[in-house]
Amino acid sequence: MTKTTRRTMLTGFSAGLLAMTALSGTAFAQSINLTYLVPSGADGVAIAEELVKTFEAANPDINIDIETRPGGSEGDNLIKTRLATGTMADIFRYNSGSLFQAINPAQFLVDMTNEPWQADVQASFKQVVTAPDGTVRGAPMGAAMGGGIYYNKAIYEELGLAVPTTWAEFMANNEKIKAAGKVAVIQTYGDTWTSQLFVLADYYNVSAKDGSFAGRYTAGEAKFGTDAAALRGFEKLQETFEAGFFNEDFGAAKYDDGIRMVATGEGAHYPMLTFATTAIASTYPENINDVGFFAQPGDEAELNGLTVWMPDGLYVPQTTPNLEAAMKFVAFAASVEGCEAQTRAGGASGPYLINGCSLPEDVPPAVSDMLPYFAEGGQNGPALEFLSPIKGPALEQITVEVGSGIRTAADGAALYDEDVRKQAQQLGLPGW
Amino acid sequence: MADMTQSGLAVTPARIAAPRRRSPYPGWFFLPAAIIYGVLFLLPTVASLYFSLTRWTLFNSTFIGLDNFAQFLREPFLIKGLINTVIYAVITSSMKVVLGLLLAVLLTSQIAARGYLRSVVFFPVLVSTVGVGITFTVLMHPTNGMINEGLALLGIKGPGWLVNPNLALYSVALVDVWKGVGLATVIYIAGIVAIPRDYYEAARIDGATKLQNFFYITLPLCRPATSTVIILSFIGGLRTFDLIWAMTRGGPGFASDTVASVIYKQYQSGFYGLSTAGNVVLFVLIAVLVVPLTMMLNRKEGHE
Repeated sequence: MTKTTRRTMLTGFSAGLLAMTALSGTAFAQSINLTYLVPSGADGVAIAEELVKTFEAANPDINIDIETRPGGSEGDNLIKTRLATGTMADIFRYNSGSLFQAINPAQFLVDMTNEPWQADVQASFKQVVTAPDGTVRGAPMGAAMGGGIYYNKAIYEELGLAVPTTWAEFMANNEKIKAAGKVAVIQTYGDTWTSQLFVLADYYNVSAKDGSFAGRYTAGEAKFGTDAAALRGFEKLQETFEAGFFNEDFGAAKYDDGIRMVATGEGAHYPMLTFATTAIASTYPENINDVGFFAQPGDEAELNGLTVWMPDGLYVPQTTPNLEAAMKFVAFAASVEGCEAQTRAGGASGPYLINGCSLPEDVPPAVSDMLPYFAEGGQNGPALEFLSPIKGPALEQITVEVGSGIRTAADGAALYDEDVRKQAQQLGLPGW
Repeated sequence: MADMTQSGLAVTPARIAAPRRRSPYPGWFFLPAAIIYGVLFLLPTVASLYFSLTRWTLFNSTFIGLDNFAQFLREPFLIKGLINTVIYAVITSSMKVVLGLLLAVLLTSQIAARGYLRSVVFFPVLVSTVGVGITFTVLMHPTNGMINEGLALLGIKGPGWLVNPNLALYSVALVDVWKGVGLATVIYIAGIVAIPRDYYEAARIDGATKLQNFFYITLPLCRPATSTVIILSFIGGLRTFDLIWAMTRGGPGFASDTVASVIYKQYQSGFYGLSTAGNVVLFVLIAVLVVPLTMMLNRKEGHE
């Protein structure tokens, strides 16, 4: 082969590549490549893979590559940077609620208000992916979660305890568990985010007493430090610490230790979001039937209800060159086949927010314990972070302090109010 | 410009021999370096001064004057972070000086396996800080960490090294010393080896004891090494971040926060303006503490 021919071939090849890149998405329907960005973590990736597999089987002309990103604040920064620089994947999964508001949805995301599948999406979800201009810009991905308390059923049976519906009953149960020489409440401050649950999961109890709290909080009128109902979450954390209910290594234990302890009966209660059910099912399958779940009790039994975390959203950036194909995938994910694929991949962790999606009969007790709160006569409401764009980022350090006895509840709540003020100013909200 | 050249000519005799000799390289040879320096160092420095006066996001910025500084200095944990930073820098640099000097004296004396021991002392310097942090976090676990299990064998109930708010900062400082003392030792070894043997021989003739040798010869003559170690470890201590982040993330709560970890958390939370202001504060803090320290150490050196 001479030099010239080789060069000609190279030129031809690169020209071809260029042409393919330029034309893909329009003329060359066979070769559409999409990218789908999901948070790393075994459960989330397994769900994404199953969705993509099912979708590709039905749409052989579309090929989807899964990319992963870190979670937490690093993930937030990555999403913001990729959106701002126009390098976002064609489809991405990200939180709804306050974090969704923080990425400037109206400027960056494709409007999905008039998609036909929106008819089957429940209104409670649409509300948390609605941009300030009133347009819906996301589809539900994953199941709704509850924030509350996992409990070990074997310990409850052994000590003859009943699921508490008031905080006083809960503390009485803890007293009996402690008297039996067991760990009553598991705390895992080695992963600081887990310390926030007593405060965040208490929000249903706040809103049950005062439905206007979220609005007044966003406007800067209601404060955690001065509102008695809102302060209760911090006080509950302080009370359980002072009563000595925690595991000995609460300062160093991690989330993985927490789910092990509640699954195997090393501890009786673990305040957590119900996404942990999937992790318990895959890590301690032999113990999954020992783990139950109840909402964080308030002070009155008749107001007992569950604080609900909305699932993530699936979004498409306006910069995507493959809008049509990306929207096809979103429509699939928001369909009944979409939830079935998710259930196949990750087991069922809670109710889906798409009409027509149902859960299999054999869900673990931690999931079935959650369903009555969603059924007729049950009570539930969204967590504060879905009703207000403001969530102070230092909450997890403050709750570690309150839960370790470094700071009192009232002090911690006042410090959190200061943190909230900073966040509101950064978001440019009026009245701060 | 002209009189600057004039005065330059007056001082340096080399220039007098070749008055106004042009550099063999044209001025634009400096351009690549100047551009890199300007774009990567000067521009960000000036820009950060401006952005510390704004509340900015990745999308836009609002000018708010000195509000960020007011807010930063009002942060309840910032004062604690400032104090922690200074405590941490003082503890780590003084322990590195003392231990480094003692180890260096030991490792320059005639002992068995000297080369091996030298590399053992230096080894932790080569390991990644984050790796060291994670390893010690496991070792210092309050109930199943190896340190407390070892103490339990002796009948001692070990403390919660990293979870006791009164202890966490000191535990991290100890690990920092363990990791960094090797470098101080190497600097001291170089300093001690450079001391001429004559002094020791003269002292031996005068009948000096080993202790006198150390206090009157070794210690004063390795002052350059001492000031290098102090400056390096003090600045390192002031801007310490990686080890603290790997071990406690500033926790429990805010108990082991330093200025650098507070700044990082503000950035992570999206308070970009606030964290930029924090960086300016850190810059000023380091300058205020280190410039006088350097001047003091150098002046003493001059008096020798």
